[in-house]
Amino acid sequence: MPQENDQQHYPHRKEKHEARRDFLKQSSAMMALALTPPLVIKAAQHDEAIAGIFEKMPVSMEINGKKIEVSVEPRVTLLDLLREQLNLTGTKKGCDHGQCGACTVHVNGHRINSCLTLAVMQEGKKITTIEGLANGEQLHPVQEAFIKHDGFQCGYCTPGQIMSAVACIREGHAGSPEEIREFMSGNICRCGAYDNIVHAITEVKQGGKTV
Amino acid sequence: MNQFSYVRPASLKAAIDAVAKDNTARFIAGGTNLLDLMKSGVVIPEKLVDINRLPLKDIQLNGNTLHIGALALNSELAAHELVTTHHPLLSQALLAGASQQLRNMATVGGNMMQRTRCTYFYDTTMPCNKRSPNSGCGAIGGINRMHAIFGASESCIAVHPSDMCVALAALDATVLVTGPKGNRRIPFTDFHRLPGNTPQLDNNLAKGELITAVEIPANAYTKNVYYLKVRDRASYAFALVSVAAALDISNNVIRSARLAMGGVAHKPWRLYDAEKALAGKAPTEENFRHAADIALQSAKAYTHNQFKTGLSVNSIQTALLKAASV
Repeated sequence: MPQENDQQHYPHRKEKHEARRDFLKQSSAMMALALTPPLVIKAAQHDEAIAGIFEKMPVSMEINGKKIEVSVEPRVTLLDLLREQLNLTGTKKGCDHGQCGACTVHVNGHRINSCLTLAVMQEGKKITTIEGLANGEQLHPVQEAFIKHDGFQCGYCTPGQIMSAVACIREGHAGSPEEIREFMSGNICRCGAYDNIVHAITEVKQGGKTV
Repeated sequence: MNQFSYVRPASLKAAIDAVAKDNTARFIAGGTNLLDLMKSGVVIPEKLVDINRLPLKDIQLNGNTLHIGALALNSELAAHELVTTHHPLLSQALLAGASQQLRNMATVGGNMMQRTRCTYFYDTTMPCNKRSPNSGCGAIGGINRMHAIFGASESCIAVHPSDMCVALAALDATVLVTGPKGNRRIPFTDFHRLPGNTPQLDNNLAKGELITAVEIPANAYTKNVYYLKVRDRASYAFALVSVAAALDISNNVIRSARLAMGGVAHKPWRLYDAEKALAGKAPTEENFRHAADIALQSAKAYTHNQFKTGLSVNSIQTALLKAASV
């Protein structure tokens, strides 16, 4: 299977501090190979059923405006594809069970939890992650509002909060603080920045800018 | 997650064949519950059959009957004009469930097929007759605060977690199913099962059968309806108890009532006796209280969920008052 060339698609993602991440990824992949029992490998060569589940599948989708083609095991979630294969680590893994919202991305314009969908199910879809929100160096209005209103402390939930907030405004569910709280309830913030998040969303909504 | 193979059949027949002929295969639609269960090791399919591209997404009126394709998304359905106009109770129930992200993924059929959130079912180190038949029930002698007060058995006291299904039970919906032996229609209230001594079976679908649609007949419950959900936090949590209340009121007399509860039984729980008690009565606080008391007569609580009986009485009364005062 061809290895995806992240550099080609996302040259700005390749920074010095990521060398350690790459090292960890490579070494854990080698470790996994080393630990695979020879019997399983042997069985995989002779048993079509087992071979079948080791096979990767080709998937093509558009991520932040760029067409990509990758090969993934069926069990890889959209979240893991983004983070582990495409180095789009802005999207966060919090609970990995759809309970926290840190992994929120847009698929064909709708916000979803990327931890609870398989990458292979997203064939042909248009995905937007937090990396695709800004227009070049110009931050998205919701990103600016989060900074202005201190919509975070540790920042771990923030990419999910912002992706969810943008969708919340676009859906027309940001009409009042109460409505914002209800329609943002799928994004948990353990630092408790909720008040400031609501202020940020309210300001963008009332500013009337197209988001 | 364990490894599995993945297929995306182009036709309904191919999808049904793929599951009917393979004991380890499962349909996947939104995946919001199935993938969660697979990550937890509760369900370990060897093949997933992705039905998302099948043409089962339509929401339309056939005569006076609302036809809802099984792959309609929970968010689409909640906002659909035909639903907010003709069956506002269903819209309210949908919006009480999960988060907008999950509602954008979850389908109608998948919502019906979701498993219990009983913590003993999810914890593979604990006994659970639903997950592993004849292994025992961790909840009966364990922490059972979230569990059933109606229709439970000595094998299982888990509850069905859906909000949408509570409204569909109240609205006398019908489930359309297709399978290796052809099509059939199942009254919504007969779709899910009580645990009895086979709690591993959540519903009456046969192997390879697939939900294709849900139909709601025309009714008079377009105005005086209310879905009340009581939970541990204000939003985005499963119900401790929930009540779907629908009233047809004319000249200050209740012509008919529909009542169903969530969070209290292994299936959406219709309160038929309370409905009968309300027919012909005035919509007063006292009559609502009386109906609620009748509804709870058959309740049986466990060590940690005794609060649910009182909470249910108050919730039924409150939901009816809200429905009547809309």
